[in-house]
Amino acid sequence: MANQIDKEFISRGLKRCSTSKFILWMAPWVALLIFGLYSAGLCLVKGLNQTNMDNRFAFGLWIFLDLTVIALGAGAFFTGFLVYILKLHELRAVINSAVVIGLVCYSGAVCVLAVDVGQPLRAWFTFWYPNVHSMLTEVTFCITCYLTVLAIEYLPIVLKNRRLREIPAFLVFEFQLHKLTYLLAGVGTFLSFFHQGSLGGLYGVLRGRPFAFREGFFVWPSTFFLFIISAAAVGPSFILLTTWLVQKITRKRLVRVEVLRLLGRISGLMLAVYVLAKTVDTLIWINRTSPERGFPASQYYSWNPFGTWILFAEIVVFGLLPALVLLTPRLRARTGWLVAAAAMACGGVALNRFVMTVQTLALPTLSFDRFLSYTPSWQETGTFLAVVAYGVLVYSFSFRYFRLFPEERDLQAAAPPPDKREEEPILAGRY
Amino acid sequence: MTNPNKPVKAARYGMAIDLDRCSGCGACMVACAVENNVPPAHQGANDRKGLTWVRVYKVDNGGEGDGRRSAFIPVMCQHCGNETPCVHVCPQQAVDVDPSTGVVGEMPERCLGCRYCMAACPYHARYFNWWDPAWPAGMEKALNPDVSPRMRGVVEKCNFCHGRWHAARRQAVADGKSDMEPVAYLPACAEACPAKAITFGDLNDAASPVAVAAKDCNSFRLLEKLDTDPKIHYISKRDWVRRIADAPRPGDGKESRRG
Repeated sequence: MANQIDKEFISRGLKRCSTSKFILWMAPWVALLIFGLYSAGLCLVKGLNQTNMDNRFAFGLWIFLDLTVIALGAGAFFTGFLVYILKLHELRAVINSAVVIGLVCYSGAVCVLAVDVGQPLRAWFTFWYPNVHSMLTEVTFCITCYLTVLAIEYLPIVLKNRRLREIPAFLVFEFQLHKLTYLLAGVGTFLSFFHQGSLGGLYGVLRGRPFAFREGFFVWPSTFFLFIISAAAVGPSFILLTTWLVQKITRKRLVRVEVLRLLGRISGLMLAVYVLAKTVDTLIWINRTSPERGFPASQYYSWNPFGTWILFAEIVVFGLLPALVLLTPRLRARTGWLVAAAAMACGGVALNRFVMTVQTLALPTLSFDRFLSYTPSWQETGTFLAVVAYGVLVYSFSFRYFRLFPEERDLQAAAPPPDKREEEPILAGRY
Repeated sequence: MTNPNKPVKAARYGMAIDLDRCSGCGACMVACAVENNVPPAHQGANDRKGLTWVRVYKVDNGGEGDGRRSAFIPVMCQHCGNETPCVHVCPQQAVDVDPSTGVVGEMPERCLGCRYCMAACPYHARYFNWWDPAWPAGMEKALNPDVSPRMRGVVEKCNFCHGRWHAARRQAVADGKSDMEPVAYLPACAEACPAKAITFGDLNDAASPVAVAAKDCNSFRLLEKLDTDPKIHYISKRDWVRRIADAPRPGDGKESRRG
């Protein structure tokens, strides 16, 4: 009976696993979500003393991962920008998936932020008493607005569900929402540019933290622009990575391999621009910005484990290398290289956000103060795992009941027999 | 808050701390906590999670045996005057600089607890309430009625004993003086220091002891290179102390007699 009802919600022509198999897949993630919610509940009820943050490490795991997740979720706005503004129609194959990933990343990050602040019930104060000089005000405004945009963009995907389409009002509503698509893509791009930049600006404006402080243009430090470019670079990589992962897990062909390669090419191009900009920025910072403030840059790398290796890893290993792979047609044509490079690009942005958050706070500014380390508590880790579980659950649910990959049905119909394919076998799906 | 449109003769309250007099007794920390209703440390607190508006750092010259010398550097909010780092970053204007006193104020009742100001402060002089404030039974009767205790989840810091400043203003008005004029008062730390190492007053008043001390040839400020214009001046004749504080005396490498 339940199986029958469940099947009625699955789009026609799409093969999905049985209800019991789907429940089995969801169960561990639900368990992880419950554990994470318990951890977050402890932090909300008992306070942030449940974390290992302290007066020096005012930011910790949550802010680092929030910044990473928001950068990875940038695929939503950047793919929307490419499809609707630059008319790169090939990427329509992943736009729905990108919207879901964006929604999951942003809503998850906002939820963690609500736990991270000491007085979450005062969140509205930022709208009531905004400090227009604060980058955090800009971040709060833009993320809130963009999350609303993402929710509106997600609605048509939901309303296209087979059963929901049977309700005429929903059908009309979905049709009307479609008219807004281009407007939403434009607004989303504008908002995303600003909040990705403001997240970088959060650190770049810290004139009391010479490790993070950067010169810039008008009111925006260089990190403002670097965060925008890096987010635009890894957003497509993350879409590539997740699409590949979903194909592997479901054993289905969801998009043409050319789409993945195009995502890789765009990501590689943006990554190359980022690496160039980051290199120039680093050289200016080492030779001018930091010494002018009385802090030779070499002193930042004299504290273990943050040696110069971290700078090399960030720019060369996780920046230049994946950019070169993604920009080389021969390497890009091999799925292994393509996916590995995309994963490295995503790792690179995570490393950058780690450096900006954790290394900035670990380094002492007072000459007689000491270098400090920090290890997150299980409550902090658990809270973040809740976001991961939430993301997997929402994505799995969306994948099962909505058409995240518009080309999936056609690809399944046109699929050659499994034994004739080299990659992405189309076997019976696990779900 | 002060009305910026009101004609006010602005004061610029500041402090001069003679490091050569400071013995590191911690009386300033205790007096500050008592005056400002800073609760005792929670059982789970460590030196990185505790609340103290004044942190006294112990430094030494690195010598061995008889050659070893120690000094103590009390660090509190430095009340930066130039593009105050914490004021600019607060998303909801919970931190401000009072133009009539130059004091950097914190409004705990508006604070979101995002701790961005803590990340921005180069002096690590801002503290977060990781726990609910709690006092041992009976001790709450000794709380200062002029200062509100802060709740869990907000940031707090030194405000040059704002309660005392208000009391001084009230007294000035009661004495028939204008409340537009700077008032003289003493923060708890300066009052409690047994070595009289802390001088407090209006830096705008050139004749005040603090302004004189600030202009002393042995005076320096922490992280002056960051150009935050802090209002806490430190004084030491000992070159090694200045060296450790990263404030070398320009052009003079000689050790003083007290070193």
